[in-house]
Amino acid sequence: MTTLTPKDKDTVKTFWAKISPKAAAIGADALGRMLVVYPQTKTYFAHWKDLSPGSAPVKKHGATVMGGVADAVGKIDDLTAGLLNLSELHAFTLRVDPANFKILAHNILVVLATTFPNDFTPEVHVAMDKFLAAVALALSEKYR
Amino acid sequence: MVKWTDFERATIQDIFSKIDYDVVGPAALSRCLIVYPWTQRYFGGFGNLYNAAAITSNPKVAAHGKVVLAGLEKAVKNMDDIKTTYKELSVLHSEKLQVDPDNFNLLADCLTIVLAGQMGAAFTPEVHAAFQKFLAVVVASLRKQYH
Repeated sequence: MTTLTPKDKDTVKTFWAKISPKAAAIGADALGRMLVVYPQTKTYFAHWKDLSPGSAPVKKHGATVMGGVADAVGKIDDLTAGLLNLSELHAFTLRVDPANFKILAHNILVVLATTFPNDFTPEVHVAMDKFLAAVALALSEKYR
Repeated sequence: MVKWTDFERATIQDIFSKIDYDVVGPAALSRCLIVYPWTQRYFGGFGNLYNAAAITSNPKVAAHGKVVLAGLEKAVKNMDDIKTTYKELSVLHSEKLQVDPDNFNLLADCLTIVLAGQMGAAFTPEVHAAFQKFLAVVVASLRKQYH
């Protein structure tokens, strides 16, 4: 959908430096929140014992997801190539409908807003939204 | 008819009793115009929307943000029949303003993020879910009269 401008990339990298120490907690909050607010997403986690916010599987997986996002920040200049393996994973093994990437992205943005109320300005918001959309697109590459 | 749990009902009333409409409305609308710039197509008469700073300080944007929140208040006061309450607003958006209804979700998302920023930790998953449900009903009601 979109190309990240140099300014977008700069904004993302700068903001990510603030996010990084709290990344695991942010991921856990976003994932747990998504399962509550968009219950259809629970269908991907039927094998978990406990899907409630703050549960062990949610915390662990939230950290995993944010690890992937951190990886993407490092590969921001070529997300398609950089996220190839992750795309194959999501396409062939996990088979997550790509519409859900948007839903998770929204929940990550909500948590960024609650965690960094002063730093998550509209300018940072648009850069992060574009970035997460670009990540979603790269993850969708191998689907068909 | 939409069924609200006691928690959902109380949460929505609580949120709207505590927010400053004059802050949240302008913040949500300006954020929407900045994050989703194509939404500016509906505001040709608003003057300078060239960059984020211009949008945030634009008095017409601020005024209109308050109008939007006032519209939401109608839904808060008539939670048991938002569809009927919004019939004329839906016709207005469809026939006169000709707003693509997908834009309602964009503004709804920005409103959620502004509220999250204000409430911080108090914006728990459960509160978030109640607010999301409320906005979904509002959006569906606004879409109802589009033909």
